[in-house]
Amino acid sequence: MRLVVRAAEVTGAERLTQIGGAHVDSCLYHGEATLDFVNRLADGGARVSVPTTLNVGALDLLHPELWRGEAHIAERGRLLMERYRALGARPTFTCAPYQLADSRPALGEHVAWGESNAIAFCNSVLGARTNRYGDFIDVAAAIVGRVPEAGLHLTDARRATLVLRIGADVPLALRNSDQLFPLLGIVLGRRAGSAVAVIDGLEPRQSEDRLKALGAAAASSGSVAMFHVVGSTPEAGTLDAALHGRRPIEIHQIGLAELRGVRDELTTASGDRLGAVSIGTPHASLPELERAAALLVGRRVHGSIQFIISTGRDVLAEAAERGIVTRLEESGVELLVDTCSYIAPVLRKVDGAVMTNSGKWAYYAPGNVGVDVVIGSVEECVASAVTGRVVRDEALWQ
Amino acid sequence: MTELRGRALVLDEPLSLWGGMDPVTGRLIDTHHPQRGAQLAGRVVVMSAGRGSSSSASVLAEAVRVRTAPLAIVLGEPDLILSIGSAVAEELYGRTVPIVVLAPIELAAIADGAEILIGPDGTVRRA
Repeated sequence: MRLVVRAAEVTGAERLTQIGGAHVDSCLYHGEATLDFVNRLADGGARVSVPTTLNVGALDLLHPELWRGEAHIAERGRLLMERYRALGARPTFTCAPYQLADSRPALGEHVAWGESNAIAFCNSVLGARTNRYGDFIDVAAAIVGRVPEAGLHLTDARRATLVLRIGADVPLALRNSDQLFPLLGIVLGRRAGSAVAVIDGLEPRQSEDRLKALGAAAASSGSVAMFHVVGSTPEAGTLDAALHGRRPIEIHQIGLAELRGVRDELTTASGDRLGAVSIGTPHASLPELERAAALLVGRRVHGSIQFIISTGRDVLAEAAERGIVTRLEESGVELLVDTCSYIAPVLRKVDGAVMTNSGKWAYYAPGNVGVDVVIGSVEECVASAVTGRVVRDEALWQ
Repeated sequence: MTELRGRALVLDEPLSLWGGMDPVTGRLIDTHHPQRGAQLAGRVVVMSAGRGSSSSASVLAEAVRVRTAPLAIVLGEPDLILSIGSAVAEELYGRTVPIVVLAPIELAAIADGAEILIGPDGTVRRA
């Protein structure tokens, strides 16, 4: 309760509001401080009071053999995950709780979510209301069942003040490609910072997977907790609706050169030497697993390449029922759950770059796991994994 | 809290502590950040805003535990994630990292490398 009151002071809230659920990021081990904290909660007899999902942890509890790091760290990471489960939270261990049919808050519902990509998705795509609840405050809110009534819990703060318009020089093929979204997300994060922006100029009804990729990248390069996409997100039926009928403070055109610049910057490797491919950041959805399996039909991952797909354990179970897991494994893919390939030491010592389709993975992996990265589309990732070297398709960019 | 004195490290861009600071060494490790490699431990870290990951609270608390944390963090706007990390460190270890919010114009007046005094009431001035 002290933490929730402290949060109210920082955010300037006058009262607390009830929440319908929480998503807790604190279960990822970042050193003994994270265990000291949960032990303090458990010693006081704390339990979560609202339905609570858990974010990724330090390791894959279902496939512990994938761990290539120090056994001691795995043991501490596992202990932390267990401690949070013992507080009454659901052991979902996914950064994409919105992929679970029974964990999607309703439009307008107040929740307390941690995990930057999930926060952005929750506000933007589901239209539920959360602030950026970081570690500690997420579980504190889940225990107390209340959050300060401030920030994005209030309608006015959800208004877009910045318009980002896709420039006329962005080719139609790129505009309609999955590849656009992580790159656009990096631009969104840099341009918006912590402000709410609206993206205009895309076809309506963009898929949840595209919006996920957009938000995850934006929450990496900036502090984006909410964005609108005209015609695709629920509070942006029109540009005017996203702006709450008011004038934007700024309008910015995003041209081809800016997107190309982001692609070049996120690609830290030069040449075509490839060691691994990692997709599924944030966790791959069922359609994304199906897509990867379809692209791999009749093909096999090259012997020199480690191809990892990260997903949630619940999505994995569903994919297994449909035979998708077997197909992926027979093609040479490793499936990782409960964690992510830039958190857990699961990559083999690779000779060459790691290719990904994720703006977030590309953003953090060089610092976190010390690899060089190539960012590309999922088609380029699969083609590269099969041939064993970086394969590019420049057609989108012309 | 008594008055703190330390040298300012003015960051050119906001930093996410998760993915951006190694709590073991106290160094800035974000490869996209212009000040990669800078030592954050013991400095008065000045930046316009917090950024990125919601795990930064944990990284800050761990840095306090192992004594690699900045002396203080001075921001141009409030940041709940860093404030909570600081509050938890105080609860667990009785040590904290003051998070001070200044108006952007005051923030811009702090020169990199300057000796800074931070008062118990959160006032910031040159030594």
